[in-house]
Amino acid sequence: MNQTTTQAETIEATCPECDAAVVFDRSPLNGEIANCTDCTAELEVICADPITLELAPEVEEDWGE
Amino acid sequence: MHIAMTYTRLRTEERMLLDAFEHLGVNCTPIDLRTIVFNPLVPGEGGGQWEDYDAVIDRSVSLTNTLTSVAMLEHFGIRCINPLGAIEICADKLATTLALVRAGVPTPAIRVATNAQSGLEAIEAIGYPAVIKPTVGSWGRLVARINDRDAAEAILEHREILGSVQQGVFYIQEHIDKPDRDIRVFVVGGEPIAAIMRSSAHWVTNTARGATAQGMEITDELREISINAAAATGGDIVAVDLLECPDRGLLVNELNHSMEFRNSTETTGVNIPELVARHVVRIAEEARVESEILV
Ligand SMILES: [Zn+2]
Repeated sequence: MNQTTTQAETIEATCPECDAAVVFDRSPLNGEIANCTDCTAELEVICADPITLELAPEVEEDWGE
Repeated sequence: MHIAMTYTRLRTEERMLLDAFEHLGVNCTPIDLRTIVFNPLVPGEGGGQWEDYDAVIDRSVSLTNTLTSVAMLEHFGIRCINPLGAIEICADKLATTLALVRAGVPTPAIRVATNAQSGLEAIEAIGYPAVIKPTVGSWGRLVARINDRDAAEAILEHREILGSVQQGVFYIQEHIDKPDRDIRVFVVGGEPIAAIMRSSAHWVTNTARGATAQGMEITDELREISINAAAATGGDIVAVDLLECPDRGLLVNELNHSMEFRNSTETTGVNIPELVARHVVRIAEEARVESEILV
């Protein structure tokens, strides 16, 4: 049986810093942290649908392990 | 079975955990705590269908969110990982010291004082160099080494004037002349599953502050002290940070209730997220059986 290989649908959004495409290997969740491979900015998914990115917040005082 | 993972920011660790649950074929619902309103009288109100879950793993990066949500969930009778009691011990360095001392686990000497004058006495009692730490704080922030009396007076004055109320507690620890590295052991369900050695030329060896890590063997001595330290907190999943004292051997420095492990899976060859997920599933199964018996 022949199988047609369809190219996996790419999930991507635009880096708010440099406009480069930020690619996700699956649908991201709210609050997910991602890095822009172009400008290395640390980004946060502030809306999952449609995917909207913002610069990740600075570390707050009560964060960390 | 149904598990939830609470979070505030979904970092690599949380993504790895969700993948691990999926790999085990277990339903794990991620819940963004920033969207939740809690009503102590109605567990199902305000965004979280909490009564649906057999267990909840807390992965909030914010301690405030962790303490608030775990207190509420335990109030609803939900088994949390880690339990609130363990989080309160791990999150507060004084509480950690007290728990370790009570359990007879070797730990660096400390003094605690509540004003600058007695703080200076505390530092002199420990001797120079001494280390001053905020009792609540992470990633090595505001940890300072005090080499002499001049530095002690300056730091105490700064902390008293500029610090928050929290920094009004002077937690002074002896400085351990360690070999430029410290050790972290990941303990899951009372079992040390992996260990890393963190090296740094700076005296605060913390990977969040640029230290490099490599995997290491868990010796019998390391195993025993890590098990005892984790047990002293009552935590299900904790990271134990240890220092190697030239005279006294291994000392437990700190414990972490929400450990970071994104790089350690590679450096140790141990699939930490999968072992964590498996343990959470085990706890959820127990909690489920218990609630069925109660009904
Ligand atoms: Zn960018």
